[in-house]
Amino acid sequence: MNRISRRMALMTGAAFVAHAAGPASALSDAQARALVQQVVDDINRVINSGKSERAMYTDFERIFRRYGDVGVIAASVLGPDRRRASQAQQRAFADAFAGYMARKYGKRFREFIGGRIDVQGTRNAGRYQEVQTVARLQGSSPFSVVFRVSDRSGQDRFFDIVIEGISLGKTERTEIGALLDRNRGNIDAMIADLRQRG
Amino acid sequence: MKYGVSTVGVAVGLAFGLAACTTPDESVEIFDPYEERNRKVHDFNVSLDRNLVRPVARAYGEVLPGEIRAGVSNMKDFVSTPSYILNDVFQGSFEDAAHNTLRLAFNGVFGFGLLDSASAAGVERRPSDFGQTLHVWGAPEGAYIESPFIGPSTERDTIGTVVDIVTNPTAYALDRSIIWVSPGVTAGDVLQQRYEFGDTVDSLLDDSADSYAQTRSIYLQNRRFELGQDDEFEFDPYEDLFDE
Repeated sequence: MNRISRRMALMTGAAFVAHAAGPASALSDAQARALVQQVVDDINRVINSGKSERAMYTDFERIFRRYGDVGVIAASVLGPDRRRASQAQQRAFADAFAGYMARKYGKRFREFIGGRIDVQGTRNAGRYQEVQTVARLQGSSPFSVVFRVSDRSGQDRFFDIVIEGISLGKTERTEIGALLDRNRGNIDAMIADLRQRG
Repeated sequence: MKYGVSTVGVAVGLAFGLAACTTPDESVEIFDPYEERNRKVHDFNVSLDRNLVRPVARAYGEVLPGEIRAGVSNMKDFVSTPSYILNDVFQGSFEDAAHNTLRLAFNGVFGFGLLDSASAAGVERRPSDFGQTLHVWGAPEGAYIESPFIGPSTERDTIGTVVDIVTNPTAYALDRSIIWVSPGVTAGDVLQQRYEFGDTVDSLLDDSADSYAQTRSIYLQNRRFELGQDDEFEFDPYEDLFDE
């Protein structure tokens, strides 16, 4: 009895949140797929361009800024601490975060040289579209890479990449939280630290 | 395959030990009541990696040709396959059990376990373990545990690992004189994995602001994905922003 009423309360709560956060995604699976296909084509082009590492990081940052919802992701990984950050600090953080992501994951993409990413299919997850891809790299078994795409900020953007179940957003939220702790909660110091990392 | 009464006893005892699995009062993404102890073990594991596993894995990868290393890893999968089949049966996944039996026969006949001819023929690797079996049976994940030498795990998976070791059919089927083969190829496979994913592991352990928290997050996310669990704590940055 107690258990049932608790579940009812939870369901009512969930329904309320879903309603408050707006209607289901208006983004079609074709649009989401097209966006991810562009991202994948651009990444494949960069990793096979033969450019220097530094030049590749610049290209990755451009791709991340063009197709990723950088501002929203940055605000979210900063967590509750963003409430005490000024507008200028939030902007500086989002900027430092984009460069850091490009360096950190750009290094990983180097392992992609000679490999390829194939778009497989899409799934409507309610408030966003999920585009499934498979990365086929030399010398390792194919693995799953999922792009989550939404138009909730007004434009079609990916907001998370999930590799074998590991969410980049969650990983970076843990990382930024730890980085803030290391800098004793000082946001400016954390941003300066972030610019050196990746 | 003969199981001693004591082995079955240990397995059953451990499975019942699950009743003692710690569970949180409400659903939380990370349940880590032993964090203080886990962090000490993590420091130990990191220094073990730095001083022993990483250099040995590097030597293993650079000295031995790729074909030999692949043979060792294929053999590790081959000797583990009876254990996969046992778990498939425990889970009631008879299709997986048949799939793994086919792999066992195929790889045994074509390549003595050193070649993965089955994968080449489209019958891919499908590992299974007792931690997964416990999940299928409805056991809770329990607390996060980082164990010395073994690394990140959960209470449920720690019990699973122990049960897999004591019930491994291969250990009972092999003659005493070649009983070392199973742990030997397992060690080789660990070195191969450490070598193959070297850069990723190095960056996780060396570059993370808090490598303990990052290891925990990555382990739990990946393990829950393997087990096909729904993620009730999805990363949804829009919801975070609308919440305010």
